[in-house]
Amino acid sequence: MAKKYVGQRMTRTEDPRLLTGQALFVDDVDLPDMLHAAFLRSDYAHARLRSIDVSAARSRPGVVAVYTAEDMGDAWRPGPPLVSPPPTVEDIVFHSRTQVPLVKDKVRLAGEPLAVVIAESRYIAEDALEDILVDLEPLGAVVDLEKALEPDAPLVHDDLDSNLAAHLIQEKGDYAVAREKADLVIRRRILIDRGTAAAMENRGIVAHWDEKNQQLTLWDTTQAPIPIRNGLAGMFGLSTHQVRVIAPFVGGGFGPKIMMFYPEEVVLTWATLKLGRPIKWIEDRRENFFATNQERGQVHDAELALTRDGRILGLRDDFIHDTGAYDPYGLTVPLNTQCHALGPYEIPNYYGELKVVFTNRPIVSPLRGAGRSQGVFVIERLLDLAAKELGIDPVEIRKRNLLSPDVFPYDNKIIDQAFVPLVYDSGNYRPVLEKAAAMIDYDRFLNEEQPRLRTEGRHVGIGIVSFIETTGIGPYEGARVTVETSGRINVATGVGTQGQGHFTSFAQIAADQLGVSPRDVHLVTGDTSQFHWGTGTFASRGAVVAGNAIHAAATTVRDKVLKLASKVLETPEEELELDDGQVRVADIPQRSISLGELAVRANPLRGAVEPGTEPGLEATAYFGPKYGATASGAHAMIIEVDPETMMVEIKRYVLVEDCGTVINPLIVEGQLHGGVALGIGNSYYEQLMYDENGQLLNASFADYLVPTASEVPRVEIAHLETPSPLNPLGSKGVGEGGCIPVPALFAQALEDALADYDIEILEAPMSPNKLFELLQGKEKEQ
Amino acid sequence: MKPAPFKYYAPTTVEEALAHLAEYGYDAKVLAGGQSLIPMLNFRLAQPAVLVDLNNISALFYIGPDEDSGLRLGAMTRQRQVEYDPLVAERAPLIHEVMPQIAYPQIRSRGTFGGSLAHADPSAELVAVSIALNGRLRLRSRAGERWVPADEFFVGLFTTVLEPDELLVEVALPAMPPRSGWSFLQITRRHHDFCMAGVAVLVTLDNRDQCEQARLVFLSVGDGPVNARQAAEMLLGQTPTPEAIRAAAEKAASDEIDPGSDIHASAEYRRHLAKVLARRALTQAFDRARGG
Amino acid sequence: MSDQFTVTVTVNGTQYERTVEPRLLLSDFLRHDLGLTGTHVGCEHGVCGACTIVFDGEPVRSCLMFAVQADGHQILTVEGLGTPENLHPLQEAFWEAHGVQCGFCTPGFLMSLVPFLEGNPYPTEEEIREAISGNLCRCTGYQHIVEAVQLAAVKMRT
Repeated sequence: MAKKYVGQRMTRTEDPRLLTGQALFVDDVDLPDMLHAAFLRSDYAHARLRSIDVSAARSRPGVVAVYTAEDMGDAWRPGPPLVSPPPTVEDIVFHSRTQVPLVKDKVRLAGEPLAVVIAESRYIAEDALEDILVDLEPLGAVVDLEKALEPDAPLVHDDLDSNLAAHLIQEKGDYAVAREKADLVIRRRILIDRGTAAAMENRGIVAHWDEKNQQLTLWDTTQAPIPIRNGLAGMFGLSTHQVRVIAPFVGGGFGPKIMMFYPEEVVLTWATLKLGRPIKWIEDRRENFFATNQERGQVHDAELALTRDGRILGLRDDFIHDTGAYDPYGLTVPLNTQCHALGPYEIPNYYGELKVVFTNRPIVSPLRGAGRSQGVFVIERLLDLAAKELGIDPVEIRKRNLLSPDVFPYDNKIIDQAFVPLVYDSGNYRPVLEKAAAMIDYDRFLNEEQPRLRTEGRHVGIGIVSFIETTGIGPYEGARVTVETSGRINVATGVGTQGQGHFTSFAQIAADQLGVSPRDVHLVTGDTSQFHWGTGTFASRGAVVAGNAIHAAATTVRDKVLKLASKVLETPEEELELDDGQVRVADIPQRSISLGELAVRANPLRGAVEPGTEPGLEATAYFGPKYGATASGAHAMIIEVDPETMMVEIKRYVLVEDCGTVINPLIVEGQLHGGVALGIGNSYYEQLMYDENGQLLNASFADYLVPTASEVPRVEIAHLETPSPLNPLGSKGVGEGGCIPVPALFAQALEDALADYDIEILEAPMSPNKLFELLQGKEKEQ
Repeated sequence: MKPAPFKYYAPTTVEEALAHLAEYGYDAKVLAGGQSLIPMLNFRLAQPAVLVDLNNISALFYIGPDEDSGLRLGAMTRQRQVEYDPLVAERAPLIHEVMPQIAYPQIRSRGTFGGSLAHADPSAELVAVSIALNGRLRLRSRAGERWVPADEFFVGLFTTVLEPDELLVEVALPAMPPRSGWSFLQITRRHHDFCMAGVAVLVTLDNRDQCEQARLVFLSVGDGPVNARQAAEMLLGQTPTPEAIRAAAEKAASDEIDPGSDIHASAEYRRHLAKVLARRALTQAFDRARGG
Repeated sequence: MSDQFTVTVTVNGTQYERTVEPRLLLSDFLRHDLGLTGTHVGCEHGVCGACTIVFDGEPVRSCLMFAVQADGHQILTVEGLGTPENLHPLQEAFWEAHGVQCGFCTPGFLMSLVPFLEGNPYPTEEEIREAISGNLCRCTGYQHIVEAVQLAAVKMRT
């Protein structure tokens, strides 16, 4: 019988090239006659552009062209909205305002591009930036989310009455009634602030218009090559077949590399069409802090209504979400926040008023977690505070509220980011939580270790949190599977890869159907010339959606293989098996034919291909789930704090993850480790610090603190699997699960460590300084 | 982020280097390890017209004994050399202990001892340690040479007494007296970041176990290193009891430092850290002096 | 405007001679003048470590050096460590332990670790984390990298 590859800890096929510096990233692309671009960016976050004079820059030796918005003429226009608001929510207010390629009249965020210099080298281009004379009239900046809605706030978009970008209310049941009945209402203000993805590779583009061939080729660090191809083709009046977008190896995506369009994508394309030469633009790290999207800023006024034995009667979560200067990504992030505040719990009544505001800050679009982390922070904090007041253990209060395994599919009724009601497809939350508690020895720590440590004067605390994660949403992905005459299998899909191991995990899926080794399956991702239809890598959906498309296509190819082999071997299909690249008659292994030979026969040079069939052994399939699959997990941690210095040390970190069928446990573990590291960053180290003028104060790696190997502990992982009924593989996404619950976990564990100070942590990220102020506040009270 | 253009010289002798500096004055910047300067050039925060690269002046790379059991280091000695040098471990254990805490191994491969001092970052470990150890710095120009005590070398934010035509060529560290103890503590956000507050301590006990000498030098709590002389004086002639240590730490933190606020730490938090660290460092230093 | 300097440098055993302007960063020189694109650029201010190479036997950030400074020196980049058909034991170990995800930071880690393992054939986990704390990775959370180094140490001893 053929070996089962799905579920195996296979090492990755793509690694040898990455390990030896033989993998192509965008900045490695080198074309003859290539030029280099640099963008002049606004120092002000909010300013009127009065004039811009590029004449001196144009005459600098080595400079080929300098362009402003004026030069772009009719090609200048704000980008298309990438995600519109859900038509399924009633009474929604939504003002769509999208980013522009180059500033024409007003700057709305620090770093917004004013002009582009195209020169023989990036060095010269940067020199020329200093030749440009810009007259910017600074305006008051909108930075604080609540102040943004005050009547006298400066307007980010002058054609609107206010900075309100969107408003909607979602409800379930009747929260007001629930509140009346409650024994306890916990109401808190919760603040969450921005971080940036800080992928190790900054963004980059090489745009090449080949006039002779009338072909546009773009190498782009995008997570969504197909929409970029479609959009640019439409924008510049080209056929999609004239445009090829290649996302080669990409050094980390995490969300912000999916955007349509970043200004630079439009400007470089326009410029190469004009100049007829390839142009390269590589974002530098400083630019990345302004020019690449960010996420996480929200202010919540939330309350939880409970009975005295800790059963949730209702949740109310009113919050303001910061979308930055523009809102091309619709309501994806805050809808995720609303949904994930419901968590794995039975919350019969919910009321959530969402206001989205424009601010003079970089655009907000999904960043690993994509709004889920904030929702989880809200519900987990409120539960923890309720647990304290009611004298119930944090694990116990969660158990009392977890949805039981017989309720699925469970309709939460509110609309989620996929524009459909939030339906949890499957899950079993109690064992996940209990396993995490067992792994960290929860009871023994609380009852034995912690008391002992406390008598030694040490502040060591434990935390445990529970969450769900929506994953694997549509609209769809597709794949084409082909058996080549060499016997090698070719798989092409439209998603890109930014380190998730698609070249291997997808190969495992195809290999299982075709009886070959995954090493003999060649994957192409992220090249629009290889696959024409698709969306992109985001929302923990690559393996689920593209994976299932591959599975479907591979299954169809398998059927074709068996059908043809049956004819060739004159044996009924039921008696045939696929193994080792061969089709064999069961029990008569000498009667066999290789897949390669079959592929030759399937593409005859003479004879006829039967009507209703296709030549070759190839199939294309699409997978388009209406609902996303629901992953879940529980994380637990033991942390020690020095209350004199505010320094922390994570002593143990465990997590239990249910992402349905696991395709490759090695890859899943890697994703979880990486997610936890980002989560730790979002908990105590990373925060984008803006001043009241919208200036970013920590626009470098020296001051924006990405965790290093000294801050990230070992993570112990256990898997539970409740396969998703929504797709044949039974898989659920896992790309974001590592980071989503971490800030909530950190807060709980820190509070527990400092129980004698009795503090409440209602903010993420925390920092040593913030912790100091909390403790000082408490000491002053005493 | 690419640097602006500059004229470049890579002299092989100190004399050549000094000639360039004399010619260009404030238009020239000296390139030592480059681990602090080159990021500034890449960000275009500094755009010197001329760069004088000292990395080919082999005469400036050395570690050797001084008379009276001290140490002499050439200004261009790589931090990595200092980290692994047995003479440094023996004669300046405070430096030996501090070296691995400075940034990362890759930085220490290129960064130099003298470069760190000349750059005068208020968070630089070697700055505080040189003062705590009573170091002396040899400065040379075409006009001649002068010795400046480390204590007097740092005069402001990233500012030393070096004239534009002068080079730091050598650091002399005296031997630690017998019955000395030392400590270095710093609080960083991530391992090996620039600290939010730090302190270098050197103490010496007399034969009655009373404090004969004390130096308490803070980092990151002002424009430059802060030598807490009053706190040190409080300890002189005293038996270093926990109460005496606490009082000295309190004195230093309350009256002798003037920390600023930035995105990582408020002035208040820094002051608090300074007090805690001073107490802990003095305790450790005196323990070591007693032979513990 | 600025002068040009001749740089003669040995990279991965091959001697190269090029003419450069003094402000050309060593990272750009390796990548674009010599076409050795395995060394990656992540920040250009010396924090992320992606550009780490081995310079005269020591791990050094190539974004914090100028190409002119490499004249007469020896450099080892990731291309000189091994090939896909013939991996260095350290590269093998990263492969087996899944220490690579997007691969962008990887060459910087490898080149930081080559000198480290030469001097520390029996590294503890703490020493390993210390040695790599100057290299940022956004994908792996470092755990599999640490395991890769432990595995590599064993491979390199035998």
